[in-house]
Amino acid sequence: MKKTYKIDVDCANCANKMEQAAKDTKGVKDAVVNFMTLKMNVEFEEGEDPKAVMAEVLKNCKRVESDCEIFL
Amino acid sequence: MNKKQKKMLIRIIISALLMVLLSFVPIEGVPRFFLYMIPYLIIGYDILIKAAKGIMNRQVFDECFLMAVATVGAIVLGIIEDGDYTEAIAVMLFYQIGEWFQSYAVGRSRRNISELMDIRPDYANIERDGHLEKVDPDEVETGSIIVVQPGEKVPIDGVVISGSSTLDTAALTGESVPRTISEGEEVISGCINMSGLIKIRTTKEFGESTVSKILDLVENASSRKSRSEAFISRFARVYTPAVCYSALALALIPPIFRMAIMGVSPMWGDWLYRALTFLVISCPCALVISIPLSFFAGIGGASKEGVLVKGSNFLETLADTRYIVFDKTGTLTKGVFEVTGIHHADLPEAELIELAALAESSSSHPISKSLIAAYGKEPDRSRVSDVKELSGKGVIATVDGRSVACGNDRLMELVGAEYSECHDTGTIIHIAVDGRYEGHVVISDVLKEDSAEAIRKLKASGIQRTIMLTGDSEKVAASVAAQLSIDEYHSELLPADKVEKVEEIIAKKPAKAKLAFVGDGINDAPVLSRADVGIAMGAMGSDAAIEAADVVLMDDDPMKIVKAIRISRKCLTIVRENIVFAIGIKLICLLLGALGLANMWLAIFADVGVMVLAVLNAIRAMFVKKL
Repeated sequence: MKKTYKIDVDCANCANKMEQAAKDTKGVKDAVVNFMTLKMNVEFEEGEDPKAVMAEVLKNCKRVESDCEIFL
Repeated sequence: MNKKQKKMLIRIIISALLMVLLSFVPIEGVPRFFLYMIPYLIIGYDILIKAAKGIMNRQVFDECFLMAVATVGAIVLGIIEDGDYTEAIAVMLFYQIGEWFQSYAVGRSRRNISELMDIRPDYANIERDGHLEKVDPDEVETGSIIVVQPGEKVPIDGVVISGSSTLDTAALTGESVPRTISEGEEVISGCINMSGLIKIRTTKEFGESTVSKILDLVENASSRKSRSEAFISRFARVYTPAVCYSALALALIPPIFRMAIMGVSPMWGDWLYRALTFLVISCPCALVISIPLSFFAGIGGASKEGVLVKGSNFLETLADTRYIVFDKTGTLTKGVFEVTGIHHADLPEAELIELAALAESSSSHPISKSLIAAYGKEPDRSRVSDVKELSGKGVIATVDGRSVACGNDRLMELVGAEYSECHDTGTIIHIAVDGRYEGHVVISDVLKEDSAEAIRKLKASGIQRTIMLTGDSEKVAASVAAQLSIDEYHSELLPADKVEKVEEIIAKKPAKAKLAFVGDGINDAPVLSRADVGIAMGAMGSDAAIEAADVVLMDDDPMKIVKAIRISRKCLTIVRENIVFAIGIKLICLLLGALGLANMWLAIFADVGVMVLAVLNAIRAMFVKKL
């Protein structure tokens, strides 16, 4: 399953870090952060609950870049 | 400017003013330190907090950490040595100015480019109790009647049920000649109604309409990342830690070496300063921002010209395209059959075509349509009787009491007319009246006006090989290929054979030269997806083509292929310039810093200045109108 979320982040490198953090989160198959449109596309593993996974993704993103936001 | 940017701008101004004022205050020692800390903290408190958070989250090598270390280091040097704290404040100040500019410039270009692509209609008019009511296009159900007034956008795909008007399709196709539409014709959402009021019965929901499809496609395009972007993200991941460790090495190794081996003064302060300079240069932001911004600008500019690119990666492949494979019908030719020659015997030309059109008037075959089109009038069916369609041969009908046979060689043999062969390429329709041969009509697909010019321009811009694939006969293919000076052609192919041919060509060509396939999107979806980059043209309103292709040309002008390639080349040139320029300047500054030739001011230029220039350069990718 794929979902798109709006995000807010200030710099391009931070967006890259968010992307990496999201990819490394359990339950996420793949993630792409688009800095230009400020969107995050997340592809979830089969059978995962997007809500629970996204909470985890947000936590991981905050860890690498404290000044970011994902609008869940 | 948003709230965040305004707040930052105020902080920058206050801190800069304070810094200048303090330089006139003659004060020494501890009070001096505390006074200087005011502007430093005003400009840098968030950086220091973020750096602390970073350390707690074990994310040491982020740029806030680097800036914090560099500036705190500079302050420590100030305490030990000469009491000069200006440098620390200045470095933080410039860094924040750079960040502010980046945020502002990116926000601006994000808005500008989005505006380029903005064809989203805000409302639809629905007539209720004699009044027009504006509703959200999302709420309009299929089959509803909507009203589009002059100056408004058509919000949803549909069919005109009353009124006629001219539509401006420029936002969709880049084509500036308006299209006239009238009752019964289909209209596509996103066009602007220029003259009359029209009523439309919607045939799709808003989400399924052309305008939504296009917006969705373009907005998500930059999410498909190119190789250049992947390279830069990998580079950034390695670069920052590498520079940090080098800085650490620079601070420790040379002084220890001097002290232990050369036996001279270690000069700790000097080397520490050089190491701090290193840290200031180490932020990879200029690189990281300029690459996706270039692609985003390129894709935005292209969509304005009616070239929709589905991803940065495809823009990159398009720029490396050296082989172009064309589908013939509908791509290089108009795909509509026209009468291109009338070779008559005794009967006058006009009468021959009249007889043919009448005899064929009840058939729905494309050939009969082109005969009727050449006749130019609505055929009077009351003059025709006893129509016999002989499948695979043609038609025999009685027209004005005479028996007219209209068809191919075999039909002529059947009625016993002595026909003559034709030297023209195309479909030949022989006509015999009462068993006597009266001549033939040549029907063929005609080349698009710009096909030859497009092929010539493609070759001029470095396309090494042009190849045409067609299901048509050898004779027709040879003639088209010769007229357009296409390098290679393959004829009499079934749709499945086309995939095979493309695979053959891909296997033979050098890996670096990419292959593009251009088709009209009708039954060539497998080929479109097999090619390195599939280009569908004239796709306005065709969902299948938009789905299958990587690049969608909104109208069917072959010159758009040239344009698409030029846009991609320009964008990739800018991307490469930015990569080389940004990495190059940084490396030079790193070297100068290590040698002690660059101070922090130069380092800040390397960081902020390069970023500003790279961003400005990236924006250039948006301007593609004159290409």
